[in-house]
Amino acid sequence: MSANGRTRHRGAAVASRTPEPAMCFDRATLAYGDRVVWSELSMTVPQGEFLAVLGPNGSGKTSLLRALLGLAPLASGSLDVLGRPPQRGNPDIGYVPQHAGFDRDVPLRGRDLVALGIDGHRWGFGRLSRADRDRVQSALEDVAAGPYADAPIGRLSGGEQQRLRIAQALVGNPRLLLCDEPLASLDMRYQQEITELIGGWSRDKGGTVVFVTHDVNPVLGFADRVVFVVNGRWAAGGTDEVLTSETMSGLYDAPVEVLRVKGRIVVVGEGSGAGFDIDEPHHFPEPAGAHQ
Amino acid sequence: MIDTLVHMLGYSFAQNALLAGILVAVVAGLVSRFVVARNMSFAVHALAEVGFTGSTGFILIGLSPVLGLLSGSMLTALFIGTLGLRVRERDAVVGVVMAFGLGLGVLFITLYARYATAVAILFGAITTVSRGDLMLLAGVAVVTLVGLGVMYRPLTFATVDPIVAEARGVPVRLISVLFLVILAAAVAEAVQVVGVLLILTLLITPGATAERLTAQPGLATVASISIALLATVGGILLALVTTVPVSFYVTTIAFVCYLAARLGGPAVERLRGVRAE
Repeated sequence: MSANGRTRHRGAAVASRTPEPAMCFDRATLAYGDRVVWSELSMTVPQGEFLAVLGPNGSGKTSLLRALLGLAPLASGSLDVLGRPPQRGNPDIGYVPQHAGFDRDVPLRGRDLVALGIDGHRWGFGRLSRADRDRVQSALEDVAAGPYADAPIGRLSGGEQQRLRIAQALVGNPRLLLCDEPLASLDMRYQQEITELIGGWSRDKGGTVVFVTHDVNPVLGFADRVVFVVNGRWAAGGTDEVLTSETMSGLYDAPVEVLRVKGRIVVVGEGSGAGFDIDEPHHFPEPAGAHQ
Repeated sequence: MIDTLVHMLGYSFAQNALLAGILVAVVAGLVSRFVVARNMSFAVHALAEVGFTGSTGFILIGLSPVLGLLSGSMLTALFIGTLGLRVRERDAVVGVVMAFGLGLGVLFITLYARYATAVAILFGAITTVSRGDLMLLAGVAVVTLVGLGVMYRPLTFATVDPIVAEARGVPVRLISVLFLVILAAAVAEAVQVVGVLLILTLLITPGATAERLTAQPGLATVASISIALLATVGGILLALVTTVPVSFYVTTIAFVCYLAARLGGPAVERLRGVRAE
């Protein structure tokens, strides 16, 4: 297998020749000081799969991505990413961070953001080669961001910025795409577009997706596997295995009801006065004691 | 007036001033882009003020004030860099270090009791730059420019998109400290022209103005350097033919550029058809 992420041509054929899983957690525990984020996580995700990472706020979903990125070392257990221990700056990983929005006046165009995905980590001044500029252009076109690629990025809508972020993450031809709440603060139409963009990339290129989300519904059509993390506990498997009243009640250690309504999944909890906001039925209930 | 200028430019002090001004402007213009983008105005202020303490301290023990300034601001940069890595902490650390530094400065001035020198450091005295100072300025400028050249891309990445930069393997913390050190050198340079109190005119205004003119990073950098050059060289030339100090002209030209960009920027955007929202 070529180590050079640029010249590699991938797809289902290559994925079958490289049988190492996209990621393999083996009794992995992540802790910040005394606080255990999740413990003894064991899960293997083959290449080409779409993994949805679910759970309430603060349950360690982002930490899971940071572990894969080599930014958060495990307290115990092991983790392999594409057959190797996590490594900072792994060129095989594309990363779409939680959306923070760009400052209105930042002197940066979408095109520049995507270009940083190619050479931003390299020292020196540098100028993109012709071939690299073409790659930026085609990455922009792949996410249909061509029309606003030269506008100041701070003036674009959240959905447009998110497309540019995806182009930035994909321009390096990664094998693994990590997305942290890519749908947050987007309206329904954009949510669908962005999900299709990411799911479509996985399907067409055989790439693996890790998709952190607090709402499973937009990705129901794409997710091959889900992992639900809450209160240091976790459950992994197919959507229908994990998102059941039984599994969820076990995770929360409290009665939790999983309902399927008109093709959508609604998780309703009432444990220990943690309550549940009926107005936002897609939010996963907070575990008891989550705020302590 | 032109005659006067030609006559004045025959003097070596005027030539030194112009050369120093050009060096300082190039460094300041480039650094200014990142100061603005990284929200480091307060840090600039602190580096300059503790630099002031450094130079009064060095004068007191008979050493070069320029070297003292450089030492003071470098030391501050290292303090801020090691103690205030998180943005949340940074302002507080900057404030704490600056307050103490200025306190020392007060002590040094009192001991030395020559306020003229202090005023020169506070408001700039580029027309007193000697050949020796010029060589020192040139050396610092070269080091600063090479340093910025080497880290230009990762610094840009870490500035506009820190989270992805970190994930892509950019040593974000190291870059942050290195930039502070470069900033300290740039501050020590710029103080020669406009002085400690007016430092922001060269380290904030050009970058802030450039941001208003273009969204293209490379162009913004060129614009920032050009504005710093215009203000500095223009200020020195105007001061040579009048009796008003250089600092006044430099700050005024820079301010006029900023105002023009603020007022003209939206018009430029309309012409280019950039969406307002």
